[in-house]
Amino acid sequence: MRIALEARREASRAAILLAPLLATLATLVAGFVVFEALGKDPVAAFHAFFIRPLATRYGVGELLLKASPLMLIATGLAVGYRANVWNIGAEGQLTLGAIAGGGLALAAGDAQVPSALLLPAMIVAGALCGMAWAAIPAWLRTRFNANEILTSLMLVYVANLFLSWLIHGPWRDPDGYNFPQSKLFTDAALLPNLVSGTRLNAGLLIALAVVAIEWLFIRRSVWGFEMRVAGLAPAAAAYAGISSKRNVWLGMLAGGACAGIAGVNEAAGPIGQLLPTMSPGYGFAAIIVAFVGRLHPVGIVFASLLMSLLYLGGESAQVNLALPSAVTGLFQGTLLFFLLAADVLVNYRLRAVRARPAAR
Amino acid sequence: MDTCAQLVILTLAAGTPLVFAALGELVVEKAGVLNLGVEGMMLTGAVASFIVTADTHSPWLGVGAGALAGAALSLVFAVIALTLLANQVATGLALSLFGVGLSAFVGRGYISVVIEGIKPLSIPGLSDAAIVGRLLFGHNPMVYLSLALFVAVQWFLHRTRTGLVLRAVGESPASAHAIGHRVIALRYAAVLFGGACAGLGGAYMAVAYTPSWAEGMTAGRGWIALALLVFATWKPWRVLAGAYLFGGVTLAQFQAQAAGVAIPSQLLAMLPYVATIVVLAIISRDATTIRLNAPASLGRPFHPE
Repeated sequence: MRIALEARREASRAAILLAPLLATLATLVAGFVVFEALGKDPVAAFHAFFIRPLATRYGVGELLLKASPLMLIATGLAVGYRANVWNIGAEGQLTLGAIAGGGLALAAGDAQVPSALLLPAMIVAGALCGMAWAAIPAWLRTRFNANEILTSLMLVYVANLFLSWLIHGPWRDPDGYNFPQSKLFTDAALLPNLVSGTRLNAGLLIALAVVAIEWLFIRRSVWGFEMRVAGLAPAAAAYAGISSKRNVWLGMLAGGACAGIAGVNEAAGPIGQLLPTMSPGYGFAAIIVAFVGRLHPVGIVFASLLMSLLYLGGESAQVNLALPSAVTGLFQGTLLFFLLAADVLVNYRLRAVRARPAAR
Repeated sequence: MDTCAQLVILTLAAGTPLVFAALGELVVEKAGVLNLGVEGMMLTGAVASFIVTADTHSPWLGVGAGALAGAALSLVFAVIALTLLANQVATGLALSLFGVGLSAFVGRGYISVVIEGIKPLSIPGLSDAAIVGRLLFGHNPMVYLSLALFVAVQWFLHRTRTGLVLRAVGESPASAHAIGHRVIALRYAAVLFGGACAGLGGAYMAVAYTPSWAEGMTAGRGWIALALLVFATWKPWRVLAGAYLFGGVTLAQFQAQAAGVAIPSQLLAMLPYVATIVVLAIISRDATTIRLNAPASLGRPFHPE
């Protein structure tokens, strides 16, 4: 007897919702095995990884703080992914956003620009620069047919080198003892704190607002509808006259804008200055968030909380279990593997076949 | 003239990781499978080869371990994308993200470890004799291995029956399946071969080219290898030429830095990435050529019913 896959007539809605839960469960089981293999008590490890980070008010604040850029970027990426536009360079677009927003903050310096003016300007600048960076692969794709996966990824390296040059060169803090870092932003350039006793800031509200806007775009706008059609049935979309070029532009620019804003939020939030590395891989982790969240705004919010917990758990495991924080990346990749594997149940059902059919 | 020979040797040395990785991925894509996990498999191969070399003091054992590790990681891709029919783009991305995390995780204790790597050939009377001797006999042994791989891949794809079937599977899996070829089995084999080659590319970097281990040390070469296939329009000899072209660009960047050119090192380091983007755009501009040369079923899952 063997197990065979039988195609479903239509995608199973139950499986679409169950697959992420199944994948999370499988990731936990895998984590259990890994901790056991590393000679750590799995129960203690799980406690350190998933419970301890949330035991304090500060911890919950950190959870939401790290979830904000993830949900923001994933929401932007999902716009494109729905139409099979694969922007995987959000990490670079985030960097450009941080450079633009941070540059403005540094330029304002001690000039007493009111916060109500400076912060919105920084966010707009970040969004525009993120979009400009994403526009390069969009243009290369629509004009030269160049694969946006490869070009957007290459631009991540270029963006990070550019930031590194700024921080080591013209934007280095002259009073920073030669450390590669910019001057600290003034208070006017910092996002207001939301809850005292935590680092949670207004970036969360921006992220949630963007999620709501995206939901409206997908569910209530013609362009959003057309992008969904293009993703589900490219041939039908082309026949219906849906512009694939517009989908590429919309998908890339949405991802770039969101990643750019996330970059500003990081610079003007928890970091408060420009450093050679502005994100612990949020741009890449957001790809996983988008998939685990089923490219759906609500799903993305939940997935970003889960992914944020993996970041916190990695930090906590480093402190409490002497495990390297790279274990976070391991968990993130595993989660995506299990999700993709579980997704087979969306379009296929498993069936036990008694023997190989004699004739085909 | 001597510096000329030296430049050729350095260019080949810089291009060799791409030769390994891109030739492997070429076989994978010729079978109609798009595995975007090359970067992750290279890093995994690099870290595995480095650890084994550091622990056993045998770099060739390390190279073998690198190939095995790359193949093992590609097996994960094969199960999810070929058996469970997941989206190949997403699965490949997952493989890259996972490989980056995995290699950082297992390599954490080896970052400043020093190893005795594989040294360039030095045959008395040949490797140091005149320019021709140096050009023929002065390379790293793994460079010769990569050239052997090139000959093998070229011969396999275009001169053997299995190679023909593999290309048929990449063009039309349904037809190949209908006349009795085992599409999934062949694709599995191709993916594993690609993983082993990517692992070799990483191993070359870790135990021959640098030799050292650093997190993310392949610095995007896995992605450049993928771009190289488009540049090469999926032809082995053009893969080789492209790899050395990029080797030359990388080298130019180091040479300029060493010569003290008044351009900051970070801006010079952008060169290979910008060159990849520009070349990709120029080649892709001709959509017809791409369509005619790319394997027709590239990236599409196949489910034999």
